[in-house]
Amino acid sequence: MEIPAIVGAGLVVIGAGIGIGRIGGSAMDAIARQPEATGKIQTAMLIAAALIEGIGFAALFAV
Amino acid sequence: MRRKISLKPITLLLLLITFVSYGKEQEVHGEPKTDRKTEIKEYIQHHLKDSYDFGLYSYTSDEGEDKHVGFPLPVILWDNGLKVFSSSKFHHGESVAEVGGDFYKVHHSKIYKVDGADGKILEDDHHHATNEKPFDFSITKNVSLIFLVFGIMFFMFSRMAKSYKTNNGMPKGTGRLLEPIVLYVRDDIARPNIGEKHYKKYMSYLLTVFFFVWIVNLFGLTPIGMNVTNNIAITLCLALMTYLITTFSGNKNYWKHIFWMPGVPWPMKIILAPIELLGTIIKPFALMIRLYANITAGHVVLMSIVGMIFLFQNWLGSGLSFLLAFVLAILELLVAALQAYIFTVLSALYFGMAVEEHDHEEGH
Repeated sequence: MEIPAIVGAGLVVIGAGIGIGRIGGSAMDAIARQPEATGKIQTAMLIAAALIEGIGFAALFAV
Repeated sequence: MRRKISLKPITLLLLLITFVSYGKEQEVHGEPKTDRKTEIKEYIQHHLKDSYDFGLYSYTSDEGEDKHVGFPLPVILWDNGLKVFSSSKFHHGESVAEVGGDFYKVHHSKIYKVDGADGKILEDDHHHATNEKPFDFSITKNVSLIFLVFGIMFFMFSRMAKSYKTNNGMPKGTGRLLEPIVLYVRDDIARPNIGEKHYKKYMSYLLTVFFFVWIVNLFGLTPIGMNVTNNIAITLCLALMTYLITTFSGNKNYWKHIFWMPGVPWPMKIILAPIELLGTIIKPFALMIRLYANITAGHVVLMSIVGMIFLFQNWLGSGLSFLLAFVLAILELLVAALQAYIFTVLSALYFGMAVEEHDHEEGH
């Protein structure tokens, strides 16, 4: 493991974290606006979060 | 009231006793901290690997000898003929097993052939063993858990089916317990993602994969210390099944959208085709990595924090580590279900893409 690789992986994880955070925040806003669509919003949120998470893990395993 | 007060000194005494005996134990072993660190690291690495015997726990006795508690599993090798023997012959990887004139040795959780009873594993410059490797079909710890989960699921769902039969279509017992989950998979995962017309065909696969991943993940959190989904070969097989089902149920529209994307200018079509083709492989690949990485990461973090209890060795640090480990274990319970859900939803999504029908003449 070299230091650049570790720093790169860290950057990717920060990016993934921001992305998932934004998804969660937007989902919260959407649920607050339309509580009756909670189920659908949650499903979409989880799928999007899972897709981003995959990228984060790919970076971690590339180190 | 009086009783309550008298309990206090007893509790204090008990705490003191544990404290004193704990300190004594430290004196006997007297290991320096750095050793303990590598020990914890080794333990975590060992936990993440598959093994040939079913070890429940191991410890070092007062005489300094390693004791293992557990039971051996069958080893099945194909090496110029079928060879079946008990993994107790390896003595937990410490000795060479002799079977019908051939000698085998376990090296980094893999079986290699060696020359004789005191044969050595030869390594090249990259520390890869160069010895011959027989074909290995052993019932390892992971395989035994898969069999166990298979048995549990078979029992559970046959009970469920029976409860509908005997009770005039009303669920009872196991059926009542599982019905909401099965209905959830049908109504919230399969129907919206695959579509009303085709979802029935895929229900059996989706339900199987959901319950399999979920139960296996839950078993990984028990102190038996088996974790199947952090073996990448198993998640690979699951993802491969999703890939095969998607590919074989793809209709005309699906392939058209991959090779000749409608609604875009033709130079773009040529650029898009290889990207889309690659995408069909990347999707199940991400499915494989996601499940594997989530479970592995969860286990590593959880075990590192449990290991910190032994690193701190004081009441404050160990207590905090314990609390953190407890909270994380509960979080892992959620992750176990969530990963099963994500795997099923994404599989359903891919099936939905494959069978989607475009009635409208499209402009993408």
